[in-house]
Amino acid sequence: MKVAFTSQGDNLDSEFDQRFGRAMYFIIYDTETNESQTLENMAGVESAHGAGISAAKKLVDAKVEALVTGNCGPNAFNVLAGNDIKIYLSNSKTVREAIEELNGGRLQISNSPTKGGHWR
Amino acid sequence: MTLAVASGKGGTGKTTIATNLAMVAAEKYGQVTLLDCDVEEPNSHIFIKGTKIKEEIVNIKIPEVDESICTECGACSNFCQYNAIMSLKGKPVVFKEMCHSCGGCTLVCQPKAIHEVDHRIGLINFYSLGKINLIDGLLDVGSPLSPPLIGAVKKLEGKDTLNIIDAPPGTSCPVIEAIKDADYIILVTEPTPFGLNDLVLAVEVSRKLNKKFAVAINRVGSGDDRVHRYCKDENIPIILEIPDDRRIAELYSNGKTILDNLPEYRKSFEEVLTKIGVVIQNGQ
Repeated sequence: MKVAFTSQGDNLDSEFDQRFGRAMYFIIYDTETNESQTLENMAGVESAHGAGISAAKKLVDAKVEALVTGNCGPNAFNVLAGNDIKIYLSNSKTVREAIEELNGGRLQISNSPTKGGHWR
Repeated sequence: MTLAVASGKGGTGKTTIATNLAMVAAEKYGQVTLLDCDVEEPNSHIFIKGTKIKEEIVNIKIPEVDESICTECGACSNFCQYNAIMSLKGKPVVFKEMCHSCGGCTLVCQPKAIHEVDHRIGLINFYSLGKINLIDGLLDVGSPLSPPLIGAVKKLEGKDTLNIIDAPPGTSCPVIEAIKDADYIILVTEPTPFGLNDLVLAVEVSRKLNKKFAVAINRVGSGDDRVHRYCKDENIPIILEIPDDRRIAELYSNGKTILDNLPEYRKSFEEVLTKIGVVIQNGQ
């Protein structure tokens, strides 16, 4: 399973990002092969509005099957859920720690957005 | 002519000043149009107790995609800076709350699969009380975009009446939309560190917009003299000072105007209009 982790840096030891839309990087980790790759999210970081939507599109295009992040707003949630991407919530310190949590089955799937949209 | 009452900070007394000025102006000069552009929470109607004449629904244009024509090229989604239209697995999806109604997606769509449809964002209410026409915008709950509604309210400015705009608080897009065409701006503040902080921002905005403006200080005596010193240093006229008078607060909380109930303040409101009239006439 290909899983995206929100990260403030470009490697596994980077700080895990609690934000989804404006996370600087997504670390895409494959649970079967143990391999990881880095996906930049500059467009999301710099977008004036709808960072969550554009970040979610990025993950849909990258064909990931799950996301591990700290928070996920309503628009991003709808895009992700509508494309069958599972959303796990974590408050890990590093990406590596979040991967260990996922592998150890300690993360819960989120069935609803964790936050309201910013305009509400 | 259009006079806007703005403030960097909420709760400083914009509505108090806008409504009392409207009443003075109606007595002295005839027809006045008061435009309440604080569309998230318009409350001028609480003080100007007019008869409601009508209401109008305000819509903005948002895109709708005809999937039978769409070639899934993604041009619309690449174009949209607000991520309001997004190609997901080729199919465009519209996030209507994000849309700024620029119409760009309809232009870049080669197969012409996108057309615009109405999306309601709020209401405009029309009231009348003697010589005062009160027009307010009321944004729908959950609608994030107030500038288009403020723009719609401003289109109703009277051609041959004095117009007074009660602007929203802050210094962001809604305020710019409300004050950008005004001939004169009154910046309301209070003599506190927060009041001064936000006044400085509001002054910067007014200068950027190249507007004539003056400051009105509410609750004088409740804080310190930093706002007064700032205005002196920056050479900004103080056009009105309302003392920190408990009776004014009580009137406000009961939906009553200063003008009707505390005649000693009438003169200072009258002077505001006279001073602004002189400035406008002399082009200072």
